[in-house]
Amino acid sequence: MRFVDEFRDPRLISKTAEEIRRLASPGRHYRMMEVCGGHTHAIYRFGLKDILPENIELIHGPGCPVCVLPMGRIDDGLSVAQQPDVIFAAFGDMMRVPGTQGSPLEHKARGMDVRIVYSPSDALKLARLNPDKHVMFFAIGFETTAPSTALTLMRAKAEGIRNFSVFCNHVTIIPAIRAILDSPDMRLDAFIGPGHVSTVIGCRPYEWIAANERKPIVVSGFEPLDMLQSVVMLLHQLNLGEAKVENQYKRVVPWEGNRAALRAMAEVFQLRPYFEWRGLGFISQSALRLRDAYAEWDAEQRFAIPGVRVTDPKAAQCGEVLKGVLKPHQCKLFGRECTPEHPIGALMVSSEGSCAAYHTYEHRKAAMVTSLNSIA
Amino acid sequence: MCLAIPGKIVEISSVNQDSALVDVVGVRRKIDLGLLQDDKPVPGDWVLIHVGFAMSKISAQDATDQMNTLRMLGEIESAEQEAQGYGLEDVQ
Repeated sequence: MRFVDEFRDPRLISKTAEEIRRLASPGRHYRMMEVCGGHTHAIYRFGLKDILPENIELIHGPGCPVCVLPMGRIDDGLSVAQQPDVIFAAFGDMMRVPGTQGSPLEHKARGMDVRIVYSPSDALKLARLNPDKHVMFFAIGFETTAPSTALTLMRAKAEGIRNFSVFCNHVTIIPAIRAILDSPDMRLDAFIGPGHVSTVIGCRPYEWIAANERKPIVVSGFEPLDMLQSVVMLLHQLNLGEAKVENQYKRVVPWEGNRAALRAMAEVFQLRPYFEWRGLGFISQSALRLRDAYAEWDAEQRFAIPGVRVTDPKAAQCGEVLKGVLKPHQCKLFGRECTPEHPIGALMVSSEGSCAAYHTYEHRKAAMVTSLNSIA
Repeated sequence: MCLAIPGKIVEISSVNQDSALVDVVGVRRKIDLGLLQDDKPVPGDWVLIHVGFAMSKISAQDATDQMNTLRMLGEIESAEQEAQGYGLEDVQ
């Protein structure tokens, strides 16, 4: 088993792996989706697929907030930044995501004022430090990140900082899961639930997945043992024909979530009637926008946004990979025209993108095996 | 991963209860405690930090485990870069 000696509790990992093999009925094919990009990354990094028996298939979900943004939204954000005296601020993960005219980093090379920030509060700080400029923060993320943007906006309003706005691309996880379940392409048995999103929303929002859709879901931590334990818990449920929400990540995730975070979100944000997701199309009530009370800090209210819909390059299959219909290497551009150095789509750029994870860990392994085979 | 970095509270700001000085991956930075208003941490407590905001309190053991997980995932460098970048200390 690869990397076993690096793991904490290697014997416990072996034991858990054995239990998985014991629990997985030979005649049955289990399809489990891990929703969150961080779990996808962990699966590849820890070689979990090699540890699991053949009849347990892990399918990657759309839990990468950068990946699911259609290219048009990148263009929209950059169009604001093209205006004079505007500073475009975003997390590092955004910097190499391609728009139709290039990524934020490429725009910076062409003279636009583009800055990396590691916190929304630092984008606000930039506004305080540059009173003669306008700072536009390109906000991304699921519910893990939205509360921090919300608090920052509350502070901006309280302090009367007017040279600051947020271009809000926060998306919510439940509608994405619903869209996956509604998709005719997808046959799933169970879910490995997101870890850090759940610290904010808690475990209750997943209850309909168990009650209405009859699929088990286990909220999981990110260590190899966490994920393997979550698989054990799912197998137990599936074998018994049960469907419940369980919390494997109890040490960090409270069942009721973080009320202060949820209050901040409710104060600042409301749901958009619909929002376009790469791969999943238009999903109703799946993304956040600023409430009218915060209109002054809403980049979409203060600036004219083109709002042009841009489809992905024809050959790119980002949407299908995001939905889990295709594995990363099954996209025709994977590893050829689209690589981490030269990405066509965000899945190859983002630290939570499945293509980036696959390329970093699996592709190189396969390349090594092929070259070894040719030598042997 | 939604990068979640463990940090240890050094001191709460006397001027702003929602701000704390935190030891995080080898540097000291001001972290926002606004999301933990209902369960305020005190100096010595460990918290899990995401984009400069403390998201939850964790045990010291969990903090060690989380650092190991970040190390195993090859994300220590990103975590260091992020923590160093908090407060615009490192950039512009």
